Amino acid sequence: MDNRIDVLREEIKQKIAEAADLAELDKLRVSTLGKKGSITALLKGMKDLSNEERKTFGAEVNKLKASVAEKIEKRVEVLNQMAIEAEINLMPVFDVTTPPDLSRGSYHPITLSQRQCEAVFKSMGFTVEDYPEVVTDYECFESVNIPKHHPARDMQDTYYLENGQLLKSQTSAAQNAILRKYGKNLIENGVPIKAIFPGRCFRNEATDACHENTFFQMEGMMVDKDISISNLIYFMKTMLSEVFKRDIKVRLRPGFFPFVEPGFELDINCEICGGTGCPSCKHSGWLELCPCGMIHPNVLREGGIDPDEYTGFAFGLGLTRLAMMKYGVKDIRDLNSGNLKALSQFTDDVF
Amino acid sequence: MFLSMNWISDFVDFTGLDKVELIHRFSLSTAEVENEIFYKGADLSGIVVAEIKSVENHPDSKKLHLLKVDIGEPELTDVVCGAPNVRVGMKTAFAKVGAKIGEIEIAPRPLAGVMSYGMCCSEAEIGISDDNSGIMDITDDAANGTDLKDLYAIEDIVFEVDNKSLTNRPDLWGHYGIAREFAALAGRELKPLDTADLDAYNALAKVDMEIEDPLCQRYSCLQVENISRSVSPVDMRIRLFYCGMRGINFLADLTNYLMLEMGQPMHAFDSRKVGKIRIKRFAEPFMFQTLDGVERRIDENTLMICNDNTPVAIAGIMGGLDSEIVADTTTLTLESATFDAASIRKSTVRLAHRTDASMRYEKSLDPEMTVPAIARFLYLLQEYDPDVQVVSALTDAYAYHYPQVELRFDKAFVDRYTGIEIDCQTIVNTLNSLGFNAKQDGDVFDVVVPSWRATKDVTMKADIIEEITRIYGYDNFEINTTRSPLYPVRADVVKSNEEKIKDILVKRYNLHEVHSYVWAYYDEQKALGIPVEENIKLANASNPNIETIRRSMIPTQLCQVKTNVGYAPSFGIFEVGRVVDGVDENNLCVEYKKLAITLYSKTEDVRDLYFKLRDMLAVLADDLKHLPLAYKKAEATHAYEHPVNLNTVMLDGREIGTLGIVHPTVGKKIDKKSAIVFAEIDMNAFAEAENASVCYEEPSKFPPMDYDISVIVPAGVFFSDLKKSWENEGEGILRNTKIVDTYDTELFHSITIRFEFSSSERTLSSNEVQGIMDRVIANLKKINVTLR
Repeated sequence: MDNRIDVLREEIKQKIAEAADLAELDKLRVSTLGKKGSITALLKGMKDLSNEERKTFGAEVNKLKASVAEKIEKRVEVLNQMAIEAEINLMPVFDVTTPPDLSRGSYHPITLSQRQCEAVFKSMGFTVEDYPEVVTDYECFESVNIPKHHPARDMQDTYYLENGQLLKSQTSAAQNAILRKYGKNLIENGVPIKAIFPGRCFRNEATDACHENTFFQMEGMMVDKDISISNLIYFMKTMLSEVFKRDIKVRLRPGFFPFVEPGFELDINCEICGGTGCPSCKHSGWLELCPCGMIHPNVLREGGIDPDEYTGFAFGLGLTRLAMMKYGVKDIRDLNSGNLKALSQFTDDVF
Repeated sequence: MFLSMNWISDFVDFTGLDKVELIHRFSLSTAEVENEIFYKGADLSGIVVAEIKSVENHPDSKKLHLLKVDIGEPELTDVVCGAPNVRVGMKTAFAKVGAKIGEIEIAPRPLAGVMSYGMCCSEAEIGISDDNSGIMDITDDAANGTDLKDLYAIEDIVFEVDNKSLTNRPDLWGHYGIAREFAALAGRELKPLDTADLDAYNALAKVDMEIEDPLCQRYSCLQVENISRSVSPVDMRIRLFYCGMRGINFLADLTNYLMLEMGQPMHAFDSRKVGKIRIKRFAEPFMFQTLDGVERRIDENTLMICNDNTPVAIAGIMGGLDSEIVADTTTLTLESATFDAASIRKSTVRLAHRTDASMRYEKSLDPEMTVPAIARFLYLLQEYDPDVQVVSALTDAYAYHYPQVELRFDKAFVDRYTGIEIDCQTIVNTLNSLGFNAKQDGDVFDVVVPSWRATKDVTMKADIIEEITRIYGYDNFEINTTRSPLYPVRADVVKSNEEKIKDILVKRYNLHEVHSYVWAYYDEQKALGIPVEENIKLANASNPNIETIRRSMIPTQLCQVKTNVGYAPSFGIFEVGRVVDGVDENNLCVEYKKLAITLYSKTEDVRDLYFKLRDMLAVLADDLKHLPLAYKKAEATHAYEHPVNLNTVMLDGREIGTLGIVHPTVGKKIDKKSAIVFAEIDMNAFAEAENASVCYEEPSKFPPMDYDISVIVPAGVFFSDLKKSWENEGEGILRNTKIVDTYDTELFHSITIRFEFSSSERTLSSNEVQGIMDRVIANLKKINVTLR
């Protein structure tokens, strides 16, 4: 009897060591420890043994069972480890230094500039307003103190439509509507009007590298009880310093725009030469950037706001021009071209 | 407009002040000065008066002469000269050896073999006129050898003001008005103009003159005769030339001089042609020849100066050829008038003829200026031509008086507008220096606006603020933020949706944002076989190619796709832009803000591309609104739409746009082998959908259960039809369904749908799941969807 156990032990031990994979090992498990397995078969001969012998033999067989189970477990571990190692050895070495795929979408540069300007004003409590592109003569001109036959209408070559409406030649076309929209809250609750309104504008003129018939402006205004010229300079300087990410020097000159009184031309010190004079600033050290001024009493009145009680400032920023300056775009026509060779470069606002 | 500092200095004493610095201040306080300042005569030296003593022919040249000139030195100087007008006894401008003209330094040099010690100069050569026909003929009395700069005001500082920045300042169209600004900036007195006393002629007969039309505001005239001078004084000609005017003859130059000095245009008629001045319009159009020889069509709106019924000049624009001063004119009638500014402006537009005079009249000139201008004209005329005789009394019809503008404001008003402290004395002094008659009583100021600012420019209190602050200097302003209270700001939904959409399309889907034009491009669309659809047109398009406003952005984007075909094998573009869909019942344009997306690919098949776009739209709706999209089959109505798979996109029951494939005819014109799909979404309709609420859901502790079925879907049955089979059967435990596999043969189209069950309360039993699935399968069977 003893002999049979020893023979079987050696045989199984040999087979476990030889098992090449988990499946073979599993088969071995069944053929040894299973109901019909070789170890289980040993027990079948036990009925012929004496009680004493049976006890000893049973213990021996159980010992064998445990030892085989343990050996199989160990072999499983070894096989798993071997499989992992094989997998590791199969992994090729990648060339991490190959050029990466950087393809991604892009924003229009106007969107990027617009967002930067909007962010500054939003942080100072301004609302951002949207406005149609087709407007009435009243919105674009009459309501902002440019009556019929006013010479200012000549300065802007307006695209008129067959029905008498027009493509807005300036973002100021939204002023009246915004004054009316927020005027009530100003008068009744003392909430100042603080709004910016970016938008597409149109001028009927021949296009070249510097002129477009379709371009973007961003206008802004603030109306409250004591808004002053000093405040206007503060907001312009702060906004432009944020946009250009440097301390901008601003300079105001008198400028004539019908919707403001007094009206100004705002210059900033030239970024390219730092103010010493270069071809970009025509050797003046200053770049003319945007018209601004104190909102004309007629404009306030037309918007339902009493100019004796309230004052306000307004400014119009050439968003297209700003984007061109910021990104070094030389030909304005690239912006509306849809040419992805140009436009796909503007992937993010950190540009 | 060019301005001469010499001229301005006639009226303001700048002793001890830096003139260039003042010009810069003028630019910051009054009107924009162009960058380049011209230092006239600065590069000129050693030019003297020389008298020609002898003229001999050059031995080897037909053109050249050998001259001996007296330049005030003991010996005569030999010079070779090619000018045609040399003559013995003539005095001319002579550049001595060592003289400098710009970069050139005069040195002795042989001309055709004969040594020349200097150069006789034309006026153009020394830069005082454009006359290069011969050497300068000096008629003024001057000793030989006198430096020309001592004889004439050749040195000057000239600067240019941008005309546009003078649009609202009729008073700044002459040197005297500019001088007033300089005086205010420099804190110096403005000297009065020297004028003749016109009252001395009151006894003479008046000119027969009558204003018959309200468009003429004031007409003043005077008749003079016995004018003997024909050439203007050199200094006058230099000033005119420096200011951009060509010298013509004494009278014409003098009217120009007056205009440049006072801003008042003047005109001189031959008195024989204007015996009976009438100012009026004509009912019938006619042709009229102006003094430049051009025939112009005069219509019923153009104001004319007439001799009784014969037109002699276009009022405020240009005189007629017939009444011009000619060689035998003995008596002339001098006109100094003002006309309705808008009328002059419209006439110049109609005639397409803008003159120095009309440019000024358009700005609303001060009618108070007409008579002083005549008095000044006469003063200068008598100074330069002493024998001149006045033969009429001043004749003046003053039909329209601007109302006097008086304004009252207080210190608090100034403080409120400026936001800084400007003291009362500064306010009063500034206003008075500009001619506003300012009086202060405690905190209250009363001003009378001078007539030259009261024609349109200064009408209200806010205008006064500009006067005070610009002279105070914006550079001197203290910069302060506001004291306004703060309130929360709510973002506009359309606008914030737009920004989020841009981010998703760029950052998640790698699309490129483009911009375009609001009108349709005939040529480019035609090339793609997309006719421009009838819509509202521009009334004044300079280019018929861009006449019609677009109804959809898709044709625009297809044109842009065409431009980019070589850019990459696959790309997508989008834009948030505007379209107009005709007009409403009030004849106002129906404008929409749209999002347009177009995807192009050479490598992907059209189905994949279509679903990519479908999924993009679904993500936009899910991300911004937490809502699913639905689709409704649409009929193709536009040339660019493929009739199959054209769908109306629905959000929360609203139609918000279209999803489709580009029509193969159009597609092939863009690129022979490629797939192109498009979508157009109405941004406002999209924004109107309310955000569905989303709630956090505890992750279930109980295992989920998936149940897959593969079914054969007959043609024409959509997933949305299948969905109805389980919509009401889920018993709260069917969480999601998705397609995990599709299998197509020639005979059938099959999909494998995975049903995901889970409960947050208990472990599901296979019996309950099976029960649900049995009903689902039974429901599917009813619409002929059977298990594979």
